[in-house]
Amino acid sequence: MSGPSTYQPKSGFEKWLDQRLPIVRLAHDSFVDFPTPKNLNYWYTFGGILAVCLVIQILTGIVLAMHYTPHVDHAFASVQRIMRDVPYGWLIRYIHAVGASMFFLAVYIHIFRGLYYGSYKAPREILWMLGVVILLLMMAAAFLGYTLVWGQMSFWGATVISNLLGAIPLVGPDILKWIQGGYSIDNATLNRFFSLHYLIPFIIFGVVVLHVWALHVPGNNNPTGIEVKSKADTVPFHPYYTVKDAFAIVVFLIVFAGFVFYAPEALGHTDNNIQANALVTPPEIVPEWYLLPFYAILRAVDFDVSIFGTTLIDAKFGGVLAMFGSIMILFALPWLDTSKVKSMRYRPLARQFFFLFFINAFILGACGSHPPDEIIVKFGETAEGAYGFTWLHLAKICTLYYFAYFIVILPLLGLVEKPKAQPPSISEAVYQRPTPATMAIPAGAAADHDRRA
Amino acid sequence: MKLVKTLALATLAALGLSGAALAAGSYKHPHGPHHGFAWEDPFFGTYDRAAMQRGFQVYKQFCSNCHGLKFLSYRNLGEQGAPFFDAEYPNANDNPVVRAIAAEKVVTFIDQETGQEAERAAIPSDRFVSPYANEAAARATFGGAYPPDLSVIAAARHYRTDYLYSLLTGYPEEAPAGLTVPAGQYYNPYFPGDVKANWSGDPKLVPVGGMLAMAPPLVEGALEYQDGTEATVEQMAYDVVSFLKWASDPHMEQRKQMGLVVLIFLTLLAVLLYMSYRQIWRNVEH
Repeated sequence: MSGPSTYQPKSGFEKWLDQRLPIVRLAHDSFVDFPTPKNLNYWYTFGGILAVCLVIQILTGIVLAMHYTPHVDHAFASVQRIMRDVPYGWLIRYIHAVGASMFFLAVYIHIFRGLYYGSYKAPREILWMLGVVILLLMMAAAFLGYTLVWGQMSFWGATVISNLLGAIPLVGPDILKWIQGGYSIDNATLNRFFSLHYLIPFIIFGVVVLHVWALHVPGNNNPTGIEVKSKADTVPFHPYYTVKDAFAIVVFLIVFAGFVFYAPEALGHTDNNIQANALVTPPEIVPEWYLLPFYAILRAVDFDVSIFGTTLIDAKFGGVLAMFGSIMILFALPWLDTSKVKSMRYRPLARQFFFLFFINAFILGACGSHPPDEIIVKFGETAEGAYGFTWLHLAKICTLYYFAYFIVILPLLGLVEKPKAQPPSISEAVYQRPTPATMAIPAGAAADHDRRA
Repeated sequence: MKLVKTLALATLAALGLSGAALAAGSYKHPHGPHHGFAWEDPFFGTYDRAAMQRGFQVYKQFCSNCHGLKFLSYRNLGEQGAPFFDAEYPNANDNPVVRAIAAEKVVTFIDQETGQEAERAAIPSDRFVSPYANEAAARATFGGAYPPDLSVIAAARHYRTDYLYSLLTGYPEEAPAGLTVPAGQYYNPYFPGDVKANWSGDPKLVPVGGMLAMAPPLVEGALEYQDGTEATVEQMAYDVVSFLKWASDPHMEQRKQMGLVVLIFLTLLAVLLYMSYRQIWRNVEH
């Protein structure tokens, strides 16, 4: 979609600059005159929202780093000082802490939107894969940042997660010692985590630039999944989408502010208000909500994989593989989905599996937040105690579905599913919208399910 | 309307995630005071200053012998939103009530003339003086137990202030029959723990709760409130939890006030942006 540039330098200075560093031209072509499909709905505003989230995290983080002390004896106290004595320190820190949750909320909506409208398909595979890289980096940054608080959950979460690296065959223990800077999570670990936590957001920023670049070559996907055919299908990004994105960003900020000012601790764990103590293990170690589904997948593998009595993959390493695999598989998604139709609007079967996948993610989250042995449905009782259907059982089923969705369902559906008729172009799709009169006809209701009324 | 649907779904997702965060934990659910705490209204609830002042009295008389408040300074007691804030003394270090509270304590310092350790009365800028020199000293004094610091206690336990209130008021007069309570330990149904090992009754009816080293700290009639309020155990628990809630969340009132302004601003901005959006898109079929 990067056609000939329409930028016209106006002043003499702009002309002078344009011949030396065409940065204004780049901005003009990327964010002003950039032709954008005119049928993008509100799910498409989360890209802009995420950019705002990243900037908020970086700005508040820079200020927090001015007041924070990365030392095991002072870290927790310095956070308390920020909360109590630094002018508006409580505001900055709550924005940063709640901001992490909001960032993940937005990124998950952004990802599900991409999954639903087939935004990962040709010609946007690289765009999608860069997004997965950003997701991985975000998880790393969030995990490292959570450690810095140096509360009980920081310390024990860091212990559990870094110990996973020790499960790698042969080199695991050495890698673990290298990462931790010793034999356990200690001052050396805290220092390097702080350093990396400050570094990663800037790497994310760099990958975001690539992500936007990769978006601006093929242009936006859209809810119909049909590529732009003519100028009639598009509107210039500015002012049409700047104003729509701005509105969505402000609505998002209202939710954000609601948490910051009225429920700042609602998304955190109370144990993290207890200073880290290597001698006291908390009764339950759980990550922040946004990592719970992956934690559930990690714990779902509690069995060794053996052939003829030889253990190939032990349970611990198997869990690690499953957890990382659950994200790595997203890299292969553009080639796993064999359907030629992008948008699930026109894929009646895939759409049902998609919604199941969406619900499945929430159930996985619930599995991650409960002790695996806790019984959901009790079957009976023996001398050893009650037995029944546990959260672990549920986690196994959901993990199976998570992987089956990518490895089995999407590849097969592309071959067997009969897609609905697609409109010839975006404009046609827009004009075919039901008028209020035709909307009353029930026959059309199902087909128009996710169109704007 | 598409917008409404999108918003509803996003809100659902937000609720879902906060639900997941709150769902953790399997302790017996504690009960706060029947009429609730003064600050509980999420948008407008403020601290009850008289309760916080009484609560400080309770803390001083009962809690402070074992529990520190190491992240607080005495001056914090006189700052905006604090129990002893006085508009006449915007600088809390000048507040006579705060100065008097600090002056009751003794701190050690290194005399720069002699290099020797010396003692002086505490001043408002000093941190709260710890009841013991270090953790080992605490454990030696309290039979191996280490009384937790109370600076953030109201945010550091499941169910937060409801838990504190329930624990303080929940000591039964007698432990359930069949439960052996070791010397120096006390049974409390709200304390997270496992009493299976001390239970000789029906294994299916193990009581909830646990054993802790803290004796029932609030004793009826052991304290006379300066403002004449009757010092029942419930009243003292309510007051001291009010004080501890403030100690862990000293900027709550300022936070809620600012939140209201921010939300009003953002809502007006959203309305204006929505109108601009409608105006700009009016001729585009989309």
